[in-house]
Amino acid sequence: MKILVCISNVPDTTTKITFTDNNTKFNSAGVQFIINPYDELALTKALELVEKHQGTVTVINVGLADTEPNIRKALAIGANDAIRINAQPTDAFFVASQIAEAVKSENYDLIFTGRESIDYNSGQVCGLLAEMLALPSVNVINTLDIDNGVATMERDIDGGREVVKCNLPMVVSAQKELAEPRIPNMRGIMAARTKPLKVVDPASLPNSTEIAVYELPQPKAGCKMIDAEKAEELISLLHNEAKVI
Amino acid sequence: MAILVFAENIEGIYKKSSFEAVSYAAAIASTTGDKVIAASLGTVEGGRLEELARYGADKIVNASDKKLDVFNPQAYASVLAQIAKQENATIVVLSNTYSGKSLAPRLAVKLNAGLVSGVITLPETSSGFKVKKTVFSGKAFADVEIKNQVKILALTANSYSPQELNKAAEIAEFSASFSDSDFASQSVEVKRVSGKIPLTEAELVVSGGRGMKGPENWAMLEELANVLGAATACSKPVSDMHWRPHSEHVGQTGITIKPNLYIACGISGAIQHLAGVSSSKVIVAINKDPEAPFFKAADYGIIGDVFDVVPKLVTAAKNLKSSQN
Repeated sequence: MKILVCISNVPDTTTKITFTDNNTKFNSAGVQFIINPYDELALTKALELVEKHQGTVTVINVGLADTEPNIRKALAIGANDAIRINAQPTDAFFVASQIAEAVKSENYDLIFTGRESIDYNSGQVCGLLAEMLALPSVNVINTLDIDNGVATMERDIDGGREVVKCNLPMVVSAQKELAEPRIPNMRGIMAARTKPLKVVDPASLPNSTEIAVYELPQPKAGCKMIDAEKAEELISLLHNEAKVI
Repeated sequence: MAILVFAENIEGIYKKSSFEAVSYAAAIASTTGDKVIAASLGTVEGGRLEELARYGADKIVNASDKKLDVFNPQAYASVLAQIAKQENATIVVLSNTYSGKSLAPRLAVKLNAGLVSGVITLPETSSGFKVKKTVFSGKAFADVEIKNQVKILALTANSYSPQELNKAAEIAEFSASFSDSDFASQSVEVKRVSGKIPLTEAELVVSGGRGMKGPENWAMLEELANVLGAATACSKPVSDMHWRPHSEHVGQTGITIKPNLYIACGISGAIQHLAGVSSSKVIVAINKDPEAPFFKAADYGIIGDVFDVVPKLVTAAKNLKSSQN
């Protein structure tokens, strides 16, 4: 089985978000970047699948050279090889078009993305990539079993779960329960140094959206404290003052 | 020109988020002068189609093919693209639900459209076409400009209140054409948790953290949620310890929600958790630690033991509800 895992480089979850240039640029100074957590789960699941069914796992990233430490980490976790498309990822449409262009003749059996990236939260790449490659897709999957080229998955739906079947090849996006992350061991880290990481130039393709300006949430005016002994007063405040119940 | 809005239904009943989307489309139309075309897919019975006119549709396109009774991202994207082209839609509105998230990107490719997911405001059209969306899982917002001629907006639940506009709409039947690949993925079973409000769309949310001490103590949160008509949620440690299902985890690596009321019981308020809930209209923090960071992000706070406080809230909420009936 030939598997592709799309990985994105995102600020660590503990990052305090700030902006520069009149709030038009994300301030990456001092920010630790990680593999997008959902992409990392996708990678682990891909490795579990090749351990069971044999095959290879390739990771692909759209990013400049500064994303290579995280690509090497993906190789240390166990991916066989990696591709970096040398471009600044400007929006989901741009990222998906670049990946589609780079892999359209590679015939992957299975392509993974994360459910969404934790920076721009669009969750679009799975569906965009599938449509561009004319493949079926199932998003936010929590389980995945493959038997004779047929995938059976459980995905999140609003207010429940759905069991979906689909023939490979296909594109899926990983949700939280799909796998447990793996910590790379020393042997993996050593091996990763010599695993192939191919850098390719981006195709000349447009993005479709642009961020004009960022904004931080307004701080709360202040917290009205209610005495724990008179906790029931909260309910009347929520009813009469905040008018939310 | 037209604004197409996808009104999703579950087993023939429109979701509240669909009415939000229809009213949102009507609000855009009131400034652009476009017609609002609501697309309904699958079987919808008993005069329910007219509900879409009540919330602002000028025309209802009813693709009632039985093949569409169960949601399928490829088939739905294909039918919506056909309707969008027939109606010359330049703006498509849908809800950013799990279904919306799976079909919107496909529709964007089919229509060569620019898509923004997680939209929380009406578009600003004075120069270009910009909408606001949440980024960094709720830690910030971004005004995003769409460059393509056709625009798709995936609206976050609880961002726009449904408005009763009571329009008179024509209903047009639509017979969609399909290709085999539209049904490449097949739904085998749908397991919906009945009698519970889906957290992703809930207006009121009662949430618990490590301060609840164990899964056996959730009954009182469920009771409070039940009395208020709220959904239940939890923090990351709680779902990591399997006290509660992952689907209830709100925060940066869980889900981001935007309810009218979020009651946090025994949650300290780590930055990753606050990211997922900071867009809530009203936040209540209940914690015995007066230094808990949640109090800085809350509108109302109670410093106290959740095991003393929550039962008092349950009693008070029951009294309020019985006085309302």
